[in-house]
Amino acid sequence: MRFIARVEVRLREGIADPEGATIERALPALGFDGIASVRSGRCFQVELDAADLATAQNHAAALADRLLANPVIEESIIEVTPL
Amino acid sequence: MATTIGVVVFPGTNCEHDAVAAVEQLGASARLVFHAEDKLGDLDGLILPGGFAHGDYLRPGAIARFSPIMDAVSAFAAQGGPVVGICNGFQVLCEAHLLPGALQKNRGLTFLCQPSRLKVTSTNSALTNAATLGEELTIPINHFSGSYTCDVDTLRELQNEDRIVLRYVENPNGSLDDIAAISNEQGNVVGLMPHPERAVSALLGSADGVVLMESLLRAASVSRV
Repeated sequence: MRFIARVEVRLREGIADPEGATIERALPALGFDGIASVRSGRCFQVELDAADLATAQNHAAALADRLLANPVIEESIIEVTPL
Repeated sequence: MATTIGVVVFPGTNCEHDAVAAVEQLGASARLVFHAEDKLGDLDGLILPGGFAHGDYLRPGAIARFSPIMDAVSAFAAQGGPVVGICNGFQVLCEAHLLPGALQKNRGLTFLCQPSRLKVTSTNSALTNAATLGEELTIPINHFSGSYTCDVDTLRELQNEDRIVLRYVENPNGSLDDIAAISNEQGNVVGLMPHPERAVSALLGSADGVVLMESLLRAASVSRV
């Protein structure tokens, strides 16, 4: 079966996020009111074949941990859905 | 036989010839080692030079860490061989878990290319054994992701174990505790963001990198025996 894993990688809480902070300052300057905070991150979409959903989830978690995120400063949120 | 330093070249590395020239200027020999090789051969020390290994895609060093040569680099480090990662090489060593922590985008999000003043804060490393504690050095930096970060426990370990070997006098990039260079527990693996190989002659604006390159050569000649 083919699945799509959506892996969102973002900086861990407490790790400085200069990109998020810059956007956070820019938004009010553009007239957007009520911006409480901005954190930056990136998203990867991985298509993968696996026997079942659980296996696909395990593979996605492993590849996120091994390559896509640097666990020293980042965490990942993974969503796997059948294609 | 002269001390021989291996200079590891990944696709996108661009400081390898500067590193070779600096080593040769100090009377040792140097040999380029390609990332796709899986053996280092007979070498006394290693430099992972600066550049943009694998285009810095994903994160600086994230792809380079899986290069075939990196198993041999890890084994060499585990045997106590001196390994110095400069700039992108520092990022590779962190991604490869040969050094703790990570290098983030600079505070201010600007690429920094300027001389930096550094203070030698430990002489207990392959990079600083020939230097004097407290000595100030002016060495250029040239990076976008040079802001060192790690968790609180790791920082305390680095501080207590005398593993912060260079600090910025004026922090240019937001590095935690003004860190410019750290070592592993044994002191044989060191990473630094500044470029000592570009500061080996007054003609280049500074010869302050000589003492750091000499430290590496000294560590390499000791490890050879």
